[in-house]
Amino acid sequence: MPPLLQALGPSADACRSPQPVPVSPLAIQGLTKVFRPGGRLVQALDAVTFDLSPGVVTGLIGPDGAGKTTLMRIAAGLLVPDAGSVSVLGLDAVVEPLSIQSQIGYMPQRFGLYEDLSVRENLDLYADLQGVAASLRQERYDRLMEMTGLGAFMGRLAGRLSGGMKQKLGLACTLLDPPRLLLLDEPTVGVDPVSRRELWSIVYRLVEEEGMSVLLSTAYLDEAERCVQVVLLHQGRLVDQGPPRQFSEPMRGKTFCVRIEPGKRRALQAQLSRQPGVLDAVLQGDGIRVVLDAQSDERPPEAAMADWRPVDPRFEDGFVALLGSGRRRGELPRLRAKSASSGDAIEVTDLRRRFGDFLAVKRSTFSVRSGEVFGLLGANGAGKTTTFRMLCGLLPVSSGRVRVAGVDLRHAAAEARGRIGYMSQKFSLYANLTVRQNLDFFARAYGLRGREAKGRIQWALDAFGLGDFGATESGTLPLGFKQRLAMAAALMHEPDILFLDEPTSGVDPLARRELWDRINVLAEGGVTVLVTTHFMEEAEYCDRLAIMASGEILALGTPTAIKARAAREGQPEPTMEQAFIDLIRHLEPV
Amino acid sequence: MLGRILALTVKELLALLKDKRSRFVVVVPPFIQLLVFGYAASFDLNHIPYAVYDRDGGYAARELLAHFEGAPSFQLVSSIRRQEEIAALIDRRDALLVIQIPPGFTADLVSGRTAPAQILIDGRNSNSAQVVQTYVSRILAGFNQDWVARHQLQGMPVSLVTRAWYNPNLESRWFFVSGLVGLLTLVVTMMVTALSVAREREQGTFDQLLVTPLRPFEILIGKAMPGVLIGALEASLVVTLAVFWFGVPLTGGLGVLYCGIFLFVLAAVGVGLMISSLAATLQQALLGAFLFMVPAVILSGFATPIDNMPAAVQLLTLVDPLRYYLLILRSVFLEGAGFELLLHQMWPLGLIALATLSAASWLFRHRMT
Repeated sequence: MPPLLQALGPSADACRSPQPVPVSPLAIQGLTKVFRPGGRLVQALDAVTFDLSPGVVTGLIGPDGAGKTTLMRIAAGLLVPDAGSVSVLGLDAVVEPLSIQSQIGYMPQRFGLYEDLSVRENLDLYADLQGVAASLRQERYDRLMEMTGLGAFMGRLAGRLSGGMKQKLGLACTLLDPPRLLLLDEPTVGVDPVSRRELWSIVYRLVEEEGMSVLLSTAYLDEAERCVQVVLLHQGRLVDQGPPRQFSEPMRGKTFCVRIEPGKRRALQAQLSRQPGVLDAVLQGDGIRVVLDAQSDERPPEAAMADWRPVDPRFEDGFVALLGSGRRRGELPRLRAKSASSGDAIEVTDLRRRFGDFLAVKRSTFSVRSGEVFGLLGANGAGKTTTFRMLCGLLPVSSGRVRVAGVDLRHAAAEARGRIGYMSQKFSLYANLTVRQNLDFFARAYGLRGREAKGRIQWALDAFGLGDFGATESGTLPLGFKQRLAMAAALMHEPDILFLDEPTSGVDPLARRELWDRINVLAEGGVTVLVTTHFMEEAEYCDRLAIMASGEILALGTPTAIKARAAREGQPEPTMEQAFIDLIRHLEPV
Repeated sequence: MLGRILALTVKELLALLKDKRSRFVVVVPPFIQLLVFGYAASFDLNHIPYAVYDRDGGYAARELLAHFEGAPSFQLVSSIRRQEEIAALIDRRDALLVIQIPPGFTADLVSGRTAPAQILIDGRNSNSAQVVQTYVSRILAGFNQDWVARHQLQGMPVSLVTRAWYNPNLESRWFFVSGLVGLLTLVVTMMVTALSVAREREQGTFDQLLVTPLRPFEILIGKAMPGVLIGALEASLVVTLAVFWFGVPLTGGLGVLYCGIFLFVLAAVGVGLMISSLAATLQQALLGAFLFMVPAVILSGFATPIDNMPAAVQLLTLVDPLRYYLLILRSVFLEGAGFELLLHQMWPLGLIALATLSAASWLFRHRMT
């Protein structure tokens, strides 16, 4: 095969030819890679074998820690595998990494844009680095700028582009010398839905017009449906490979939407998810989406079946069916707010935050009622983390008023802080302390002592299934357990209000479901929960939410109401993502 | 409140001592510095290589040269026969010093006249040249006295008898090692504290800490405690080594010494925490610590006297905590000074500690991120 490949050559003409490369552009055989950080053994990849189909988009799907990035880096010749072989465009990735790198395009998670250079200077720099001939450049720039819609911003500094635009520029830089194989590592994570759609349409055009083969990794399961082929990784192992329908189709006839009255949705959801024969039950606005177990013949009671409506299965249903069979179904421990009060738990009036001449938050006004689950939804850079930090008192406000439990936390007495719980997106724990030492510290920091502290620590270890890890250094815990520990630490003192900053970013869908089950239990107990997220479907789990983009609140209300606003002809039942896109379009008419 | 501070202190110590790199930083660099400064840093010259060009050959000349040969600081490397050899010897750094005795030296002395002798010194290192010159004058003075006494001549009108107080043999090791207590306390305290807030900011745990009921001053005390403990421990260790290993006399009382140590460690912890809360990352904090430490050492009078610095720079030394600490250390070690003499060195230390610690605890909440 190599002679044929050489005959085709890496020249631009060959790449533009619409015919796909006849052999697999990426053949992986028994790929194994083990990392040993600090004496620990992490099996990043465990005997993974698959062939990439030429000329299509293949999705590499899996949660954080599944081995996606390791696989990408090995394929790009940046890492050497412990065992197995990788053949890229007919070349061995271990033997000839340099010639592979000159023929493929690889965009890592954080593409190395130079923020102090303009868009054009970035393009020039990468064109120089990739040795693109000066005579070919202008034509290529024009084409890429037309694809990415960045043409109007050639003179702007890369650092001043929005998150989605940066991602598109990174992609353009990768494509300057048209590659035959394109490796994209999580290009859409944290990017707003509009830019996400645009990135996808660029990828489709590359496949169609330039005959590229694309391997794209993502942690969003809904993106699997946009791929022709899907490679599903979980904990370093290949779960399955095939077209996305192969994962969702077995679930057809098992997926339903149950309409319920708004007040009882959490209780019903918790009840349903514990029913035998129910694989999955998640909130979706005013309804509950239920997936039945394909293997089980048990059905929920007939009476409840009456208002069930069959819906199309999703890729995620297949994922849960494949991997979620062993997850725990017991009743989660109750937690009640200590001093349950009525009225508004959080009040925000005309809130603004300025960084230099940049307005990160522009006049936000909203309130969160006691016992409500309130979501702040937005892409990276939308201002939701800035808002969140001002609410917690971690960042001074530029103007406006913030009241949490009746006080401004920034100037409040220490006691007021004792009534809130906080969990940051990094699951901030002391990595070299053990689980028990961490819990012990947070218990004492919240003023618990003696028997009370002991009791709460034991509660945390039991309720969060951390009992076996008491003496484990928390830095070595798997991500899902770190998340549990962080939540346990935030709940040590039974707070009235819980702040969660992107609590589910990076964890797998099963751990995400578990966390939301816990949030539901807290809400049932009267705890107010404020949560930020960039997962559209998590917005459905909230009682009310605020959608943010470039520092502004675009919409405020219940998920059902927000979705209803986007309903129109041809889109009678819009998803949260469609609603979001409509809102952004109104903001910046294209 | 006490419970919360204690919890934070225990957490800090655990986090510090469980980390391999922090343990390394606390133990190894101070040990290396102790060796380097204890043995290598010295103003004293031993075995000064010198050459002799004796054009006289008389007994007085031989007697003078015998004085040099008998001195432990001098070592004869060559006897010269021709004038041209001198330049070559000094150029090649074979000899630091050439003694030339002109013809008629003995005759002049015997007849009671003053006789000249020439000393050529390699001036490329001005510092050691001066030291050599001092040594030579001392030997010549000794020779003169012996000569006068032996030949019953009338003595010189004034005879100089020098006694160096507090360090009778003017051993520079006494000076350096006592200063070293200061230097090492500074390095270790800065290392322990400069990283503590920055590390937590980088890992996001500092936000977690700020939302607990811990007040800024409680965080400050909790964060300062490990620095104070480890700094004081390090100071004690170096003091012990200075006395029992390097044989530097500790003439003063331990009470006044520890009072100085405590105040200085507080000031150093304050500076460290201030740098740490200003920094956004570990790297910035490390860089900041070095940006502070290098000038602090130079301005402290550790190696070069403050009195020799330009007036403006001397003003700058007033905010350097190490300056006061070194004075306290050297006074306590060598002169045995008590509180009444050192009070004026102690209150500025207290003031610096107060200012930097308050700044640090203000920065905890107010630094923009």
